[in-house]
Amino acid sequence: MAVVIIIVVIVGIIALIGLVLVGIYNGLIRSRVRTREAWSGIDIQLKRRANLIPNLVETVRGYAAHERQTFENVTRARAMLQQAGTAAEAAQANNFLTETLRSLFAVAENYPELKANQNFLDLQNELSDIEEKIAYARQFYNRNVSTYNTRIQTVPNVIVANMFGFKRFEFFEAPEEAREVPEISFAPPTTPGEPPPASPPAPPET
Amino acid sequence: MAETEQPILIYDRVDRNRRNTFLLLFVFVALLAGASIAMGIVLGLPYPFAPLLIIPFLIIALITYYRSPQVALAISQAHEVTKGDEPELYRTVENLCIGAGLPMPKVYIIEDGSPNAFATGRDPDHAAIAVTRGLLQKLDKLELEGVIAHELSHIGNYDIRVMTIVVVLVGLAALMADFALRLTLFGAGRRSSNRGRGGGAGVAIIYVIALAAIILTPIAAQLIRFAISRQREFLADASAALLTRYPEGLARALEKISADPDPLEVANKATAHLYINNPLREHKSFLNNLFSTHPPVEERIQLLRSMA
Repeated sequence: MAVVIIIVVIVGIIALIGLVLVGIYNGLIRSRVRTREAWSGIDIQLKRRANLIPNLVETVRGYAAHERQTFENVTRARAMLQQAGTAAEAAQANNFLTETLRSLFAVAENYPELKANQNFLDLQNELSDIEEKIAYARQFYNRNVSTYNTRIQTVPNVIVANMFGFKRFEFFEAPEEAREVPEISFAPPTTPGEPPPASPPAPPET
Repeated sequence: MAETEQPILIYDRVDRNRRNTFLLLFVFVALLAGASIAMGIVLGLPYPFAPLLIIPFLIIALITYYRSPQVALAISQAHEVTKGDEPELYRTVENLCIGAGLPMPKVYIIEDGSPNAFATGRDPDHAAIAVTRGLLQKLDKLELEGVIAHELSHIGNYDIRVMTIVVVLVGLAALMADFALRLTLFGAGRRSSNRGRGGGAGVAIIYVIALAAIILTPIAAQLIRFAISRQREFLADASAALLTRYPEGLARALEKISADPDPLEVANKATAHLYINNPLREHKSFLNNLFSTHPPVEERIQLLRSMA
């Protein structure tokens, strides 16, 4: 009789633990799906941005054909962005693209006809809109990542997370130094006579 | 990071809201069921049939639940706008939606000089956000962002659904009370006296309790509605501050909105609870406070400033 009770109790405890583990596992899966969804929110905007670049480069080339170096940098940054595999790589490429675009627009300052071109203005507006959207998408994604990463590292979730190989997500970072570089390496638009030195910042190693 | 301290992701708040909604619905339906039983007794229906009286009212409730967001927009004379009509407003909504992880709601404008805004709908996939022309004219970009973020928080937190349900149920309670009173006064008295002859004092007491329930139910319902509405305003302010990372924007917007002398012509008691700030100009008193749909704006501004 006593043996039966002990067996029932043990089976009951095992079943209870099993249920808890299933609950935790489902919670982690849900959290991971949401974080991936949040990532696709960034990804959509990055693709939109990359798709606008060829048109922009062509438009600017029509007015400033000899700014070859600038075009090359922009195109290279775009290719980097399209090939980026991880969130960190995409963030790095995206920040590089932001810098090269800034130098492209600095170049455009020297061509009044280009600045009056409607197509160019539209592209410029759309790009700044996308940049803002990337910033918001990044905010949402990073919030999801921080919740998810905390979740898989805290007890008791960490046990299930290790068992099933839940990995941490990378943050999509916008490093502060990306904002300072252009001020050093590019001439301000107040000197319209000579084209600004279009030397790009060293491309980040991938 | 502070994010891990409280349930800040909208999903967690949605879960909590769902529980509250369920609880609220339960209390409310119990209240209405009680009222309908009371009504059945007053009407002299035999006991097993008395609760059935709630069925036609529930059908009315269901219909109004699906229709009420459109009705609220229509009462406010709001018209839908596209990205082409109002690019700046539309972009602001779009960007903040991305930040909050919400689908794009429909955007409406109310042609009124008084600055105000509201959100309505059943869930984020069937949501609408309405702002007045005055809001677009009188607020700068950061302030507008604060207001839109506040409204989107109502959508993301499923406040809009709770509010819609509460409004429907409050309306239903009022309808039932009205229905019952009319029947009691004009028709049912005779039947009830026929049946009541045998019972005597017991029936009279039940009759009084039932009448009291019928009268008190809509008042209680109204109080619940206001209490919920106010708590949600604070929550939406906090979420908006989190979303824009700039609580000062919403604080300044609230200052401007509350200081604005123009009353909102299209607002009335039925839609006041929807707006970001109370559109009705009311006197301050204890009773008004108890029945107010919004917490005092000074308190909200102070709270927002303390987050900065």
